[in-house]
This record gives sequence, C-alpha cells and structure tokens, in this order.
Amino acid sequence: MAKPSKKKVFGLLAEYETPREIFAACEKVRDAGYQKWDSYTPFPVHNLDKAMGLKPSMLGWLVFVCGISGASGGMLLQWWTSTIEYPIIIAAKPYFSYQAFVPVTFELGILLASFAAVFGMLAFNRLPQWYHSCFNSERFARVTDDKFFICIESTDPKYSPEKTRSLLEGTGAAHIEEVED
Amino acid sequence: MSSHGPKKVSKEQIWIKPGSLWARLPIIGVVLAAIGLGGSFSMMGEHPQEFWYAYLTALAIFIAFGLGGLFFVIIQHVTRAGWSIVVRRLAENVMITLPALSLLALPVVFMGTHELYEWTHLDVVAADTMLSAKQPYLNEGFFTQRMLAYFGVWTLLSVLFYGWSTSQDDATGEAITKKAHSMRWLSAPGVALFAISMTFFAFDALMSLDPHWFSTMFGVYYFAGIAVTSHAMLALLSVALRKSGYLQGVVTEEHNHSLGKLMFGFTVFFAYIGFSQYFLIWYANIPEETRWFAYRINGDFLYLSGLLAIGRFVIPFFFLVSRVIKRNSNTLMLAAIWILLMEFIDMYWLVQPVLVNHHAQHAEHAEALQMHLGALDILTVVGVGGVFLAVFGWALARKALIPVNDPRTQESLEFEDF
Repeated sequence: MAKPSKKKVFGLLAEYETPREIFAACEKVRDAGYQKWDSYTPFPVHNLDKAMGLKPSMLGWLVFVCGISGASGGMLLQWWTSTIEYPIIIAAKPYFSYQAFVPVTFELGILLASFAAVFGMLAFNRLPQWYHSCFNSERFARVTDDKFFICIESTDPKYSPEKTRSLLEGTGAAHIEEVED
Repeated sequence: MSSHGPKKVSKEQIWIKPGSLWARLPIIGVVLAAIGLGGSFSMMGEHPQEFWYAYLTALAIFIAFGLGGLFFVIIQHVTRAGWSIVVRRLAENVMITLPALSLLALPVVFMGTHELYEWTHLDVVAADTMLSAKQPYLNEGFFTQRMLAYFGVWTLLSVLFYGWSTSQDDATGEAITKKAHSMRWLSAPGVALFAISMTFFAFDALMSLDPHWFSTMFGVYYFAGIAVTSHAMLALLSVALRKSGYLQGVVTEEHNHSLGKLMFGFTVFFAYIGFSQYFLIWYANIPEETRWFAYRINGDFLYLSGLLAIGRFVIPFFFLVSRVIKRNSNTLMLAAIWILLMEFIDMYWLVQPVLVNHHAQHAEHAEALQMHLGALDILTVVGVGGVFLAVFGWALARKALIPVNDPRTQESLEFEDF
C-alpha cells in the first residue's frame, strides 16, 4: 500500500558513527553557510557548539535581569509594607531596617533568577516539544544509543535536495535519508 | 574536543630563565624584608603598641595568602581534581612560605602579647568577671602552646605536600604514582587539620584582641578571605607569568574561567559569612556583642566598613558575573589585584580599630575614632611581604612551573571549561 507521499519534506538526515566524525561534519555544514539545521547526539560532545557556529546563549542576560528585578522587588515590597502600608516597630529598630530585609531580598533574587534560568532555557530550546519530524526516521531512534545525526531542514534558504545531499555525502555520512514533516 | 594530538610543553615555557625579573624575586624580597623589618623593628621602642598592631596586621594578610595556597593544594588532592594540576605548583610555591611566616609570627607570641592582648594583664583579668571566666583558655601559657601547634601543623603540611610534589618531578616509574597516592592520602586529614588550625588561629590571634567579644563565625570569616584570595593569587600569578612569556598554552583561558568562577563563588561566600556575622549580632542587640561592630561604624571606620562591603562584594560580584570577563586574562587579572587589595583592607579592619578604640576610651575627652596609616603600617607590610616574596621566588625558580610528572598533567593541559 505504499502510496507516493504527498507530505512535505522536513529535511535531510545524515548519520555518523563517532563524535569525531560528526564534529568534522558540523564544521563543514557550518562553513557551507546553512542556518536552519541541528545536530543530535546521545551525549554532550565538547565544543560542538563552536563547530556548529552557534552564538553564545542570551540566557545569561535574562537570568541577570530577572535576578536583579527579583532582588529589588523583594526589597521594595518590604520597604513599602513596613514603612508605608503597615508601619510597626519591631525590637525598637527603625521602620526601614534594611538588615532585616536582606534574607528575603536575597531569596527573591535567587528565586526569580532560577525561574528565568529553567523556564528561559525551556523557551529558548522550544521545549517541551510533543512532536519532532526526525522521529519519522526509524534509524533516528539510535540517537539515544550510539549514533550521531545532522539534520538540515528544508526551510533553510540554501537548501536544495541535490546540493545538500552531496554536501552531506562529502562529510562522510554513513547513511543519508529524507525525513517527512 | 581537540582534533590535534596530545599537547606538548616545551622546557622554556615552564622553567624560569636565570637572570629574569622572576629569578631575581628572592633578592628583591630579601632587600624589601630588610628595609621593612629593619625599619619597623627600629621604631618598636618608640611606639610599641602601634608596632605590634601593624605587625600583626601584616602577618594576618600574608599568613592568609600562605594558607590560601595550602587550602588550594589540599582541596585539589582531596577532590582528585584534574583541571587544576597546571596551577597547583604555583599554589605550592605560595604555600611553602608558611614555615617562614610561622617564624616571623614567633615574636608576636614571645614578645608582643603584652602590647596586643588585654587578657595577658593579670590585674585587668582579675577585676573583670568575663575575662576571669575565660582565663582557662585565654592565658599566656596555653596561648603559646596553641600558636606553636598551629605553626607546627602548617609547617608539617606544607613541607610534606611541597616535598612530595617537587620530588615527583624527578621520580620515575612506580615512585610517581606512589607520591601521588601519598599526597591524596594526606589530603583528607589535611582538610581537618587545616580547618581547625586556621579557625583557632583566627580566634586566638585576631578575635582575642577584643577579649570580651566573641563570634563563632569569626574563623569562617577569616577563611572566606583566605578562599577568595587563594584563587585571586593564582589568577594573578598565572596571568603575570604568561605576560612575561611563560606557561603559554599551558595555563589557558579555560583555567582562567575556572579560577574566575571560584573567585566569584567565594566572593559571594564572603558576603554571606560577613553579613551573617553582622546580622545576628545586629538582631540580638546585646551590648557585649554589638560593641565590636559599634566602633567599626564609628568615625572614620564607618567609611572603611562601607568600602569593605562594596569593594569586597558589590564590585567584584557585578564585575565577575560575566563569562567574558572571567576568560579574558586582562580583566581577570584586574579582578584578582582588586580582590588581593581588599584582603589588606579587611585585615586592617579586623585589627586596627581595636587599638584606636582603646586609645579613645582612655583619652580624657571623648573623641571620634580616627584612622591612622603611618610608616609602621607600610614598613611592616613591606617587611613581611618581602619575606613572602623571597621564599615564593626561591621556590618558583627552584622547580618547573607545573608538576611535570603528575599522572593527570595531560588532562589539565587539555582541560576545557564551559
């Protein structure tokens, strides 16, 4: 019942045997100028981000801004509640006893920074993802075991079925296939 | 992941050239020590109290540097760290100044106690309930024994670690791993010995300057300074050596990054400890506890306390938070110099206000506390610093700049940080 598929092509999936091979392959794909592509490995490969030409993540800035606003929000909240909204003398100390407010300020800074780190990381990685086109390939299942993959997506401006395939062949891929969207 | 073969290190990179400025450090140090110690000891007759307070400040600073080296070496062995092998020899060279600094501290124990410590005056102790209660611990006999024990522990640990590590350089075959095992074996009891001796040294030498006051966190406070300066010292030394042509490609920006992260982390740790000590005393508001802070936020010392809070936490925190700053040698060195400078101010802040407050209390008219920074303060720092520099320079030129035979030197050379 194999009908010719009318589904869109997601991209070309190339399979590699070792981290060293995929490292060299990523450098070639990067140098060819592709933008919309990704590598998939069973474990983190050191410096693969450099081989892929990925820019440093903006996550740090997000964490910094959220941490600062958490800390200053915490201090402001305590200043407002204990000097304006409900002034009350505690232990004969001034209304605005910043020393007493430091623990909460610190904790709120940490809380918002870690929220930004976790949820920002998920957002930047577009996670959670319930579906990924690469799972249409049966061979791709071994990415969690012992195989390494590069997928160049068809939405990339430089993508062409023939040229991209020959580029991937030139990187020494063990197997290349087209995956459906 | 490197696509090249294993990294090789040439001899010129890890041996100090004879005749270079680094090789002359021992002579420079001896000259500085002669000027500083000679000058300050000659002024001792005129201003005995000022001399001993300044001398103790200088000792507290450089003993903190020496203990920083010892701390780094012990921690790397006990955690079996691989990344740090290429900077470990620098830490060992800093650490081996401890026997000399212990010798320099002997005059404090045998000559200076009467000028420094109120609790050595038996008439004062007899008239004071609190000091009488503390007499079983705070008395001259036990104090001397304890101090000698700390110096003995530091000398023993630093000589053993230094000896094993440097003799490993020339060892062959099984002797290499045997020495690595010896160092690792000693490191676990070393952690306990270091922690106890360092904490009680801080209690005895620095906290007992104001014998009514006590803080169980004081030892940790002294340690927080040691930990942050320890990594700052290594960052400064490794960058300075690279700038004069050594360790190129041996200590890399990856090691910069790790040292920077530890500097950043211990900067936060310092703030945490320093604030916690202040916070609990501020909250409880018990006079015998608050007085220690009271005269440190009085008169000139208020500005010094503010400088410490901002200079030791706020500035390095925001400066070192970025990854780029930690990896760049120039910015990292700037941070390291700043942090080392702050250790000088911190030790001054721990020691000197006691004397100024003492004078103010015995003055005829109540007066604001005035900070003084005289020739004695500078001469003692130059003198003790000269001895530190001389011993460090001697050790630096004596052996290779990295432990060449350590089983994990290659791992450290090829270390990559994230």
